[in-house]
Amino acid sequence: MQRVVITGVGIYSCLGKNLDEVKDALFQGKSGVILSSERKAFGYRSGLTGWVDEPDLKDELTRRQRMSMSEQSKYAYVATKEAFQNAKMDQDYIDSHEVGILYGNDSSALAVVEAIDVIREKKDTTLVGSGSIFQSMNCTVTMNLSTIFRLKGVNFTISAACASGSHSIGMAYFLIQQGWQDAVLCGGAQEINLVSFGNFDGLGAFSIREDEPTKASRPFDKSRDGLIPSGGAASLILESYESAVKRGAPILAEVVGYGFSSNGEHISNPNKDGQIRSLNMALKQADIQAKKIDYINAHATSTLVGDAFEAQALGEVFAGLNTPISSTKSMTGHECWMAGASEVIYSLLMMQNDFIAPNINFENPDEASEKLNIIAKTKEQKIDHFLSNSFGFGGTNSTLIVKRV
Amino acid sequence: MIMTMTDDQIIEKVNIFLAEEFEINQSLISPSASLKDTLDLDSLDYVDLVVIIESNFGFKVKGEDFVGIKTFQDFYNYVIAKLNAN
Repeated sequence: MQRVVITGVGIYSCLGKNLDEVKDALFQGKSGVILSSERKAFGYRSGLTGWVDEPDLKDELTRRQRMSMSEQSKYAYVATKEAFQNAKMDQDYIDSHEVGILYGNDSSALAVVEAIDVIREKKDTTLVGSGSIFQSMNCTVTMNLSTIFRLKGVNFTISAACASGSHSIGMAYFLIQQGWQDAVLCGGAQEINLVSFGNFDGLGAFSIREDEPTKASRPFDKSRDGLIPSGGAASLILESYESAVKRGAPILAEVVGYGFSSNGEHISNPNKDGQIRSLNMALKQADIQAKKIDYINAHATSTLVGDAFEAQALGEVFAGLNTPISSTKSMTGHECWMAGASEVIYSLLMMQNDFIAPNINFENPDEASEKLNIIAKTKEQKIDHFLSNSFGFGGTNSTLIVKRV
Repeated sequence: MIMTMTDDQIIEKVNIFLAEEFEINQSLISPSASLKDTLDLDSLDYVDLVVIIESNFGFKVKGEDFVGIKTFQDFYNYVIAKLNAN
């Protein structure tokens, strides 16, 4: 069995366009949430969203490459470039080794809508253009990144709702641990365009605290009223310890545990038992007791029901341990398909810089969260092990444990 | 407006939109140059060529029409003939 380490990470999120900007925002407890008048005019119940600018890649990618890229593929490209750079993995190395890609993404709404609009108007599918199909498919990110970076290893997309990014790391971990791959690019990407989440907003799941955008995402707080959609991309290079040492690569941390489960119940309601099974599987695989976890990055999205279930699950598995917990979604909003990967990077930045980022807007606990040690203000602390939870629609649960090396 | 364009005006318009769409310097375009090589066209790019012709001149091209088009002059001739026929 191979040890699996993280040798590079890259991030493009509403907290910043690179690791340094994001680290500062996390430390300062800065929110990336805005109120979009465009969303309100379009018919959204809530105009709140995390905001990222679409990168202009004209100077670094060819027209052919850009034609096929969806919005989230562009975010993923920028994050991946940063990850490969800080993993010290250049194109020569990639060209001569089987580097894989397993990336989380679970929608690509804009390209689909635009294509159908053209077909309806022109009555001719050819007029959609050549890039649309490659922008429309769920595997838009893996298709684009694998061709741009000329990746030759495993290549597929993980679509698992809001646990997609987390499962992509888990699957890469398994493949490397079992010796099937030496290095895999994994991560998660999320679109934020106007049409991306109208149907999710329609469920009434989003916060409508529009008069205070930066205070709207308040996981575990008693007065929370819903999540705020957000997006961007987060990329990680997972590699066998042996390969990393051989290359002289920086070893940022080690992935030591991955747990997963399916609730097997309601399509949108969470389930405490499913979450507990995922948590326990990750701890068992890491072969550590719950007391060894120094920080928990909770999934908590700021919904009434979801946060309460997670608080109960964490309360049971970490009973009596007073383990520090925060949900960085209080700052980012819910980065959905990207969240499981970005939150590992956020936690890694905390581990590298000896602090716990705050669960901003946590002012008053409810019945379930009062039993937890929620960190509301930035706290200096050494982290040797952190745990990151991700749960998604359809009852998919994922838990990762990462260790300082 | 298109109906009143001269052949030279049509050629100028074609050169402008080809250079812009395929991101090449217009100075590389000459009547005898290869359309495929100059614009670096692959199979997918011909689909985009159909799209930009439709959006600039309002007529739809069939994929098989491209078979006989090798040079820019062939392309100009094709577009001019189509516009005149319309």
